[in-house]
Amino acid sequence: MAREGLTINPAKTCQPIGAMYAALGIHGCLPHSHGSQGCCSYHRSTLTRHYKEPVMAATSSFTEGASVFGGQANLLQAIETIFTVYDPDIIAVHSTCLSETIGDDLQQITKKAKDDGKIPEGKYVIYASTPSFVGSHITGYANMVTGMAEQFSVSTGEKKEQINIIAGWMEPSDMREIKRLSKEMGVKIVLFPDTSDVLDAPQTGKHELYPKGGVTVSELQSSGDSICSLALGCISAEPAAIALEKKHKVPFETLDMPIGLSATDRFVMSLSKAAGVAVPAEITAERGRLVDVMADMEQYFHGKKVALFGDPDHLIPLTEFLLDLNMKPVHIVSGTPGQRFDKRMQEILERAPYANFKNGLNADMFLLHQWIKNEPVDLLIGNTYGKYIARDEDIPFIRFGFPILDRIGHSYFPNVGYSGSLRLVEKILSALMDRQDRTCLEEKFELVM
Amino acid sequence: MEAKFHFPDPSVIKEELINKYPAKVAKKRGKSIVINDPETVPEVQANVRTVPGIITQRGCSYAGCKGVVLGPTRDIVNIVHGPIGCSFYAWLTRRNQTRPETPTDENYITYCFSTDMQEENVVFGGEKKLKVAIQEAYDLFHPKSIAIFSTCPVGLIGDDVHAASREMKEKLGDCNVFGFSCEGYRGVSQSAGHHIANNGVFKHMVGRNNAPVEGKFKLNLLGEYNIGGDAFEIERIFEKCGITLVASFSGNSTVGAIENSHMADLNVILCHRSINYMGDMMETKYGIPWMKVNFVGAESSAKSLRKIAEYFGDAGLKARVEEVIAEEMPKVKAIIDEIRPRTEGKTAMLFVGGSRAHHYQDLFSELGMTTVAAGYEFAHRDDYEGREVLPNIKIDADSKNIEELKVTPDPELYNPRKTEAELEELKSKGLEINGYQGMMKQMEKRSLVIDDVSHYESEKLIELYKPDIFCAGIKEKYVVQKMGVPLKQLHSYDYGGPYTGFEGAVNFYKDIDRMVNNPVWKLIKAPWEKEAGSLEASYVTQ
Repeated sequence: MAREGLTINPAKTCQPIGAMYAALGIHGCLPHSHGSQGCCSYHRSTLTRHYKEPVMAATSSFTEGASVFGGQANLLQAIETIFTVYDPDIIAVHSTCLSETIGDDLQQITKKAKDDGKIPEGKYVIYASTPSFVGSHITGYANMVTGMAEQFSVSTGEKKEQINIIAGWMEPSDMREIKRLSKEMGVKIVLFPDTSDVLDAPQTGKHELYPKGGVTVSELQSSGDSICSLALGCISAEPAAIALEKKHKVPFETLDMPIGLSATDRFVMSLSKAAGVAVPAEITAERGRLVDVMADMEQYFHGKKVALFGDPDHLIPLTEFLLDLNMKPVHIVSGTPGQRFDKRMQEILERAPYANFKNGLNADMFLLHQWIKNEPVDLLIGNTYGKYIARDEDIPFIRFGFPILDRIGHSYFPNVGYSGSLRLVEKILSALMDRQDRTCLEEKFELVM
Repeated sequence: MEAKFHFPDPSVIKEELINKYPAKVAKKRGKSIVINDPETVPEVQANVRTVPGIITQRGCSYAGCKGVVLGPTRDIVNIVHGPIGCSFYAWLTRRNQTRPETPTDENYITYCFSTDMQEENVVFGGEKKLKVAIQEAYDLFHPKSIAIFSTCPVGLIGDDVHAASREMKEKLGDCNVFGFSCEGYRGVSQSAGHHIANNGVFKHMVGRNNAPVEGKFKLNLLGEYNIGGDAFEIERIFEKCGITLVASFSGNSTVGAIENSHMADLNVILCHRSINYMGDMMETKYGIPWMKVNFVGAESSAKSLRKIAEYFGDAGLKARVEEVIAEEMPKVKAIIDEIRPRTEGKTAMLFVGGSRAHHYQDLFSELGMTTVAAGYEFAHRDDYEGREVLPNIKIDADSKNIEELKVTPDPELYNPRKTEAELEELKSKGLEINGYQGMMKQMEKRSLVIDDVSHYESEKLIELYKPDIFCAGIKEKYVVQKMGVPLKQLHSYDYGGPYTGFEGAVNFYKDIDRMVNNPVWKLIKAPWEKEAGSLEASYVTQ
């Protein structure tokens, strides 16, 4: 039954949580939710469950009065309170459906805060408009990343020998891996946002309100002088690259997030060309190890049907990787809308004309479940909410994306790069083989696989 | 033997907690931070706005209405009218367990329904989309009831969820559709949402089915949400005692049971904050008294069972309750005797909820642990100081916005279960009939009581008191643990439980023992951080 009004079991959430996540990737930044308390509380809770880490953020604590008369007074008071009590270097304000509906103008209010002397010398307030009734959490992430690029970057007129890498929504582990690969290649990069060493902080016996990680203000400022930007993700990263091109004429290239062999190949090639450096032998060897496993274990992947759901910049390279593995991505769902997303998926799905793909409104997990009932699959890939479908239909399940509320690992072990892809291959194999070991006939129980 | 905790000078501590705030904020927070005296019970400022910018534990009215009160009833389709996030975040995150009687019984607990409001709906109105959504939900599931929850933009753009619900209810015929104006900006915390939920459940559900209920001792369990299976344990105990549970509000509940709940002869209230309105309204309309009980803690559970037996005044029930207690307690005692030497004298802090910060003190006291500071996230003064302060509570603008239902005795169904004289007699025996003593009378002198504690204050408290365990929620969990102090989540129970009744008490004792005595807290420092070793190489090349 086609639905037009009712979304059941969404494959997306709302913009502000993405903005909050992105803002945590700036060093010394306290995200601030301009809306009622529930938004901030829900976003912090969800991010905390996903990372098992402190997720600090403040709220404008709207009440009915503020909703009627506008939230300016609340935000001005919040800015003063936050700088006095929590002393961040930066407050990153994002809006909510509430403040957007009443028409609060964050640019105007932050300007007023500055004019009124509420922002101490050397401190910053940045903002992003993130109405929950547009796009998804991915849109909110992109908007906050664009906000940090636009509002911090400057051009001195002198180019710097560095490349901006704009991270699409990925895990701290992925960001750490992007930095490692770039270092291995000898390329100086400015990676933003960067939640490594923020949302994977060590246990030290002390709580750091502002952990050591995050892109710094001076790095962000210098992004206007970089020789180019590589945007890792056409939905979650490209808008920031476009902003830097518009503002400072920093040329950019948009890449798929480097998940899987082909997307990582393109990333490594682009980085190598942009910086004019050769790809070091160690990275070629990393690639070789991945291809080696793909070749050696090919029989276990071949023809296996996969259903996947999640976010655009994950689904695009993941689908491509499944095809590289000779698997069959038959059902793909994302609640996030976007023409760029559609187009890129159509390109990739040319190799899989049988696939069901739907994104945007009413593209939800209830639809995915119906598709799976009509055409069963061997493997399900998606966030934690997939466990209900996996249990109902008895399908091996790999957690991937956001949020993952019931397992650890995503913050520590990457999915990007050749080593991240190798981890994915291992996960897929283990899920399929564990299943075979658990359910096969006694006489078909294999020792060597 | 109580190992007495030596309280530091609380006025010094209080000063430490607020001296960093801007002057106006410090003045305001000062009124919510109180040095306890169980004899005189000082006034606590509560249920007031959180200062913008303060990192608070609090959530919103929608969370209190949909998430807390309505969420646990398994056979209502709860449609959230608004942008996608509100429904997404409340999707299964409260661990309300439910146990349908047959595998084919309706159960929508695992579903998330939303109208996924888009910009055009905000601009041109979303009622049309809402009605389509209700129709689609009906066509797909044919539920008995559909509830609609308003999120922030809905109230602002003027969508009338009540009119839409009425229209659809009439159109569908066999489905009870009703709405809640629980926009997130209403009130100052989840508490507003509890009240709104109580009003809606009372108006649209309670009293729809007058079929008599079998059983001699019939009661409803109010303010129990079956987190971690708490209601299952209470159900087990009631069944053993021969007490008939008509309806639970709302853990492991069904629409049918709630619609029939006015056939009970007593309402027992666990979470006073979230459900006391229902107790009062049912008393006025149907003549069912309510009584505050507590099933958190083994002794407290025994006490509550005795109070229930006393209420019904039946010798057989009293005897049966004593038998059950005599049967259950030895198992509990065996465990506590083993654990208590390892927990005795330790300290706890509880900052959570609107009743949990009170109830769980009973369990800590059974473990020989002292609660040195406690407070609620969204309670009112009566939850701290006792209901006798109700007439003195100032109704501010934020509370005025929450509807107060005008309830009158039902012309046909009003039937006072006890006479005034009987109620007075029960009260004189110590039963909290239509009453609640609050948290503070139970807490030690010089302990701290703090309403709506901020992140800054909790960090300071931990530095100053170094408690052995801190109880709060998911947002505080890893902050506190980074400081080397275990945090017990009292919303989600860290995915454990149940913690109610006798079996629950045992679960809790074991969990706390494990947490406060876990070797991991001694592993934080690396060996090379503990001792400044010589940097000379142990082995050298010749």
